[in-house]
Amino acid sequence: MKRVGVFICHCGTNIGGVVDCPKVAEIAKDYPGVVYSVDNKYMCSEPGQELIKKAIKEQNLDRVVVASCSPRMHEPTFRRCVENAGMNAYFMEMANIREHCSWVHASEKDKATEKACDLVKMAVAKAIMNKPLQKATIPVTDRALVIGGGIAGIQAALDLANAGHVVDIVEKEPSIGGKMAQIDKTFPTLDCSACILTPKMVDASSHPNINLITYSEVEKVEGFVGNFDVTIRKKARSVDMSVCTGCGVCMSKCPSKVDSEFEMLLSKRKAIYTPFPQAIPNKPVIDRDNCTYFKTGKCGICQKVCTLGAIDYTQEDEFVVTRYGAIVISTGFEQFDHSVYGEYGYGKYPDVITGMHFERLINASGPTMGKIKRPSDGKVPKNVVFIKCVGSRDVAKGKSYCSKTCCMYTAKHATLVTEKIEDSNVYIFYMDVRTGGKGYEEFYNRTREKYDAQYIRGRVSKVFKQGDKLIVRGEDTLLSQAVEIEADMVVLATAMVPQADASKLAQKIGIGYDKDHFFTEAHPKLAPVETHTQGVYLAGACQGPKDIPESVAQASAAAAKACGLLSKSEMLTEPIISVVNESICVGCGLCVPICPYKAIDLKTISERDHGKTIERLVADVNGGLCQGCGACTVACRSGALDLKHFTDQQILAEVNALCL
Amino acid sequence: MKYAYFPGCSLSSTGIEYDLSTRETARVLGIDLWEIPEWNCCGASSGHLTDHLLSLALPARNMAIAEEAGLDVAIPCAACYARSKNTELAVCNSAEMRQEIEEVIERKYEGKAKARALLDIIANDIQAEVIKEKVHKELKGIKAACYYGCLLVRPLAVGFDDPEDPQSMDNLVKSLGGETVDWAYKTECCGASCPTTVPETGKKMLERIFESAKNAGANCLVTACPMCLNNLDMRQGQVEKTYSKKYDMPVFYFTELTGLAFGVEPTKLGLNKHFVDAMGLVNEVLKADGRRETA
Repeated sequence: MKRVGVFICHCGTNIGGVVDCPKVAEIAKDYPGVVYSVDNKYMCSEPGQELIKKAIKEQNLDRVVVASCSPRMHEPTFRRCVENAGMNAYFMEMANIREHCSWVHASEKDKATEKACDLVKMAVAKAIMNKPLQKATIPVTDRALVIGGGIAGIQAALDLANAGHVVDIVEKEPSIGGKMAQIDKTFPTLDCSACILTPKMVDASSHPNINLITYSEVEKVEGFVGNFDVTIRKKARSVDMSVCTGCGVCMSKCPSKVDSEFEMLLSKRKAIYTPFPQAIPNKPVIDRDNCTYFKTGKCGICQKVCTLGAIDYTQEDEFVVTRYGAIVISTGFEQFDHSVYGEYGYGKYPDVITGMHFERLINASGPTMGKIKRPSDGKVPKNVVFIKCVGSRDVAKGKSYCSKTCCMYTAKHATLVTEKIEDSNVYIFYMDVRTGGKGYEEFYNRTREKYDAQYIRGRVSKVFKQGDKLIVRGEDTLLSQAVEIEADMVVLATAMVPQADASKLAQKIGIGYDKDHFFTEAHPKLAPVETHTQGVYLAGACQGPKDIPESVAQASAAAAKACGLLSKSEMLTEPIISVVNESICVGCGLCVPICPYKAIDLKTISERDHGKTIERLVADVNGGLCQGCGACTVACRSGALDLKHFTDQQILAEVNALCL
Repeated sequence: MKYAYFPGCSLSSTGIEYDLSTRETARVLGIDLWEIPEWNCCGASSGHLTDHLLSLALPARNMAIAEEAGLDVAIPCAACYARSKNTELAVCNSAEMRQEIEEVIERKYEGKAKARALLDIIANDIQAEVIKEKVHKELKGIKAACYYGCLLVRPLAVGFDDPEDPQSMDNLVKSLGGETVDWAYKTECCGASCPTTVPETGKKMLERIFESAKNAGANCLVTACPMCLNNLDMRQGQVEKTYSKKYDMPVFYFTELTGLAFGVEPTKLGLNKHFVDAMGLVNEVLKADGRRETA
């Protein structure tokens, strides 16, 4: 017979104010297996823990039930406590009589006490069935992968590299830098974006611990925390990186012109190109879809002019498999496609542009050399209208969330229009102005007061062309009056959305994403940079809309977490994982697609059956990947899968204790 | 192709040309219109300003009769269509509402009979090739500003076309051999409820529509709503007088143009019943060299 000790916590008045704790302790004495039962004001306090340890020794307990709060916070506390007293940590069971009882039944004290008794009874029944579990260790590979080389990825890589870890940055574009490289000025200080970004890009490229793998994408992720085997597709660059010096002759001689993605299609680039002059690595790639040689087999000018012979048309995509201990995802964002907004012209009017277009128009190295000109006719606009929340906070046509950065960058744009264009007028249509952040509110106020930007509270119902003007019609809801503005240019503050292939990447790595395809953190408050997959961390706007300071801060946080993992050569694993009873597993494979962590595979085993050796398939759980969610145990038809510490037997013991 | 036909009150009075031209067009296209026996007013707009249940129950009775006959309902008037479609959606979306409505109208209506805008049927169900085959006289010289008004394609759940830049009517007019203009006011409200209550506001709303259509190069307006037509046609003179402008812009029902292109006698379509003279432009079309051999 097991000897169970029950410890009822008052949690001050949190539980004690509703549940009659001494009564629960008294009743618990009669539950099967219970040999000791006591209540205490704060069980998690030093004296409370001493009480448990003392009772384990004096009463010779082999099981402990603590009835207190949610296990989320204090399960580790009490596990350590019983472990210190020489008991296996998994012989301790918690009953949640706070969140599940006293807090929700504060007005029904008697019934709450009755329910607390039931919860304790169930926990006792389970504790008796609990098995001793041991943590195992797995080796950790001291190398990190950063996916996405924008500001978040660069920062995370630099922090990891400075801590002594080797880091690979995979970037799908030909250069690192991301969206920040396209931005002209940064709020609220108006310092030049490129001036603060490019030194960091250089640091990353020259750091002995950092390898840049540009123009490449993650193809496949296998393995588990400490040991991720990642296949990276290095797209054929058609330029031999080891030979090319980046002299740029090929780019100047290339005859095919293509709209430049970096310049938001506002100017042209060549088919052999670097996205921007400060690109790192500063060596070009050939855009094969638009290269005359690849389209027609004729041309080959770049090869002729390259004296070093760096142009290689025969290059093919290369696949490299590398083992990493940790992964930081920093894939960033894209702009919402505003072509669903018919009221703003479905993207048909060239002078209705997005914030990112505007960044390029004011950038000294942009298509207009920093002169704000209309894309349609190159005229300098006098009246500029900004419309905020295009795609954000719009459940009908866009996203439900606030994109967080638009209020500030629109204020920034407004100041820049006023500074650059004499006698210009700026009108900003807004729903709310949200400028939380250091120095942000002051910046916004300056935009209104010093720069005289006209803030109009209300939505724009329609933008339409009249001659060469754009008529912006909306409502000023503070004056309850319709307004109509003859604008020369309209700038839409379009929502931030994750990369179009974000969900695919999440599936490859085995992490969660939300309805908008932002990657999901492990806990919104207490684990904001971790994911539910151990060893995978998030940085920057791939997790939700963020500005530069926030992305950088989160990147450093993710790097710190990854450093913690990589600093040890091996790590302990949680023993609460699924196990397969191979003798009854039929190898149907239903559990394989259900596992959100890709922890289950089918394997072939051979066994003796009626004197013959037969081979058959059974499920195989990878202990390093399994997070103990239990989804597979529910899917298993034959009941061959069981979750340790939550076995069918243990759960049924609880049910029986309550119902029988 | 057979539909229950709900003409609505306007089509038997101020909008009689719409009824005439609808029947003629349907005849040519082989659409069998079965007029709902003993139909009642759909209640627009006074109904839904008075009581929500009333506004759903009034069209529900008509829809129920059509459902008993196993037919979807073809509705020319934009307001009738919007009210009937709202009823259909209310019944389909809520079993409780359906029960309440059925009790009030003392008939069953399960939302099986669908409310269909006549424009949707003619412009979208019938293929452009079929329409083109029936064209007897191309609409040469017609430069139409297709005016959908505020009700026909809004809100999204009720409408059948893009709510910001609808194209059904434009495509139809093009199939008939006419030209259409790209303009910004095709879904703005014409202010049909304003002329008697706030006439200055009403006239301003009309003026913008005429102005925009004219600037876009249109020589006529085309609508699918008897309220819009009434307003645009009857009050054009007042607007011209108030703002000292001259538009001379006939306003057509899309069915009138369809009928005209199909070779129906203009008077049979009611084209002689307009306030702003429509016959001038009609005669130009008829005189123009656009005759096609009908199949």
